[in-house]
Amino acid sequence: MSALLQVRNLSLHYGPRVGCQDVSFDLHPGELLCIVGESGSGKSTLLNAVAAQLTPTAGSVRYRQRDGEWLELGTLSEADRRRLAREEWGFVTQNPRDGLRLNVSAGANVAERLMALGMRHYSQLRATARHWLERVEIDPTRIDDAPTSFSGGMQQRLQIARTLVTQPRLVFMDEPTAGLDVSVQARILDLLRRLVNELGLAAVMVTHDLAVARLLAARTIVMQGGRVVETGLTDQILDDPQHPYTQLLVSSVLTT
Amino acid sequence: MTAALMLELRDLSKSFELHQQHGARLNVLRGLDLRLHAGECVVLSGPSGAGKSTLLRVIYANYRPSLGAVHVRHQDRWLDLAKATPHEVLDVRRQTLGYVSQFLRVIPRVPALDIVAEPLVEHGVDVQQARRRAAYMLSRLNVPERLWQLPPGTFSGGEQQRVNIARGLIVPRPILLLDEPTASLDADNRAIVAELLAEARSAGSAVLGIFHDEDMRDRVATRLFPMQALEAA
Ligand SMILES: Nc1ncnc2c1ncn2[C@@H]1O[C@H](COP(=O)(O)OP(=O)(O)OP(=O)(O)O)[C@@H](O)[C@H]1O
Ligand SMILES: [Mg+2]
Repeated sequence: MSALLQVRNLSLHYGPRVGCQDVSFDLHPGELLCIVGESGSGKSTLLNAVAAQLTPTAGSVRYRQRDGEWLELGTLSEADRRRLAREEWGFVTQNPRDGLRLNVSAGANVAERLMALGMRHYSQLRATARHWLERVEIDPTRIDDAPTSFSGGMQQRLQIARTLVTQPRLVFMDEPTAGLDVSVQARILDLLRRLVNELGLAAVMVTHDLAVARLLAARTIVMQGGRVVETGLTDQILDDPQHPYTQLLVSSVLTT
Repeated sequence: MTAALMLELRDLSKSFELHQQHGARLNVLRGLDLRLHAGECVVLSGPSGAGKSTLLRVIYANYRPSLGAVHVRHQDRWLDLAKATPHEVLDVRRQTLGYVSQFLRVIPRVPALDIVAEPLVEHGVDVQQARRRAAYMLSRLNVPERLWQLPPGTFSGGEQQRVNIARGLIVPRPILLLDEPTASLDADNRAIVAELLAEARSAGSAVLGIFHDEDMRDRVATRLFPMQALEAA
């Protein structure tokens, strides 16, 4: 099978400080890859550099778009990058308030990305929004409520609906369950797990939680100090970690 | 007719390097050779700590071998799992190699029926059909129907174990690895598992397993493979 995303020797420095250094990986269609490591290890930097949100210092990211053509993200125009983000990608941020528009209704939050793709028919937009609220287990009678009236877990589910409604091919997620209560987390993880399977999404997810990686990702990358120290099947990495840092991470959690 | 060779281990070694324990090295398997054919059931025997579970995990590529080869007949070719890419390993697990451990890994909020059906869905079978097959497996293993729609987190040890076996056997796989799958089952349910394994074998599966219970071992084994701890002294 051919890859969807190819990352080669990617580095991003903040002045003299290393954000991430010399990272390479492939992502295949339908595959969820986790990036794990403690805070400050460069996970979010790597995610943002891959998703062309930040400009890398060196290295390349290639993406195979819907029509099969390979794009070199570093050479794309700003307009092309925005088109990819709109038409083929999705982003889920840690704080749902960063990914939602707080001054419009829940329904409008979901419909907005569809409208950006040219869908204009009001009742159809509303029906799709209602359907997606149900899919993420939000009572559809709340369609006209503002997201500010939602709990944190509901806001995160709304952000997931807003992101997935356009059926993106590739989704970037940065700690989508951090900062939520454990029971709320479990519900969101279950939801993500089901949606990823049903929609055949490819995704790169940053998490510091090894149990999340175990539950969702077939493959995992372990980062320390901006570098990849170990990569492979998630169950191999968690059950038979090779690198001292990975062994420390695994032995520091109670159960995975 | 001689049965097809399905799995061949050559000169397999496994050590753990424990960086948290000042780099202590634990040698568990050394220079191990084993051949497994279609239709046979080889049972690993030996004392606690002999490395039986470790061996199954190395074959499943859950542990990485330190040295040696794990040749698996995958579809119509041979693949060395010690050298395979993660994507190749995943494909081998989907199609060829099944693994049932003693414990069910519960997934929060997912009902027993779907946990059992999941490997069949991943195998490409339609969800409704996979659920029907899952229901068949669960009823054969005497899991009461009132439990099927519940997540197994609160099930008894034996109920969880039967859900785990149903999940592990729902896809007919050419090679099955079993790590004490019947440890908390009563005699009646063990007999059912023995029956399911006999059916898998006559359909051509090769089985490699660990069964502590002697009665179960006698019932299922076509051959024993004795193992000894390397550092028993
Ligand atoms: N992931 C691991 N990391 C470090 N050591 C391990 C790991 N897995 C197994 N071992 C060690 O390998 C040795 C063999 O263990 P294993 O579980 O394979 O034995 P066993 O023959 O299955 O025993 P039992 O009959 O008690 O189940 C033990 O010393 C164990 O501590
Ligand atoms: Mg064991």
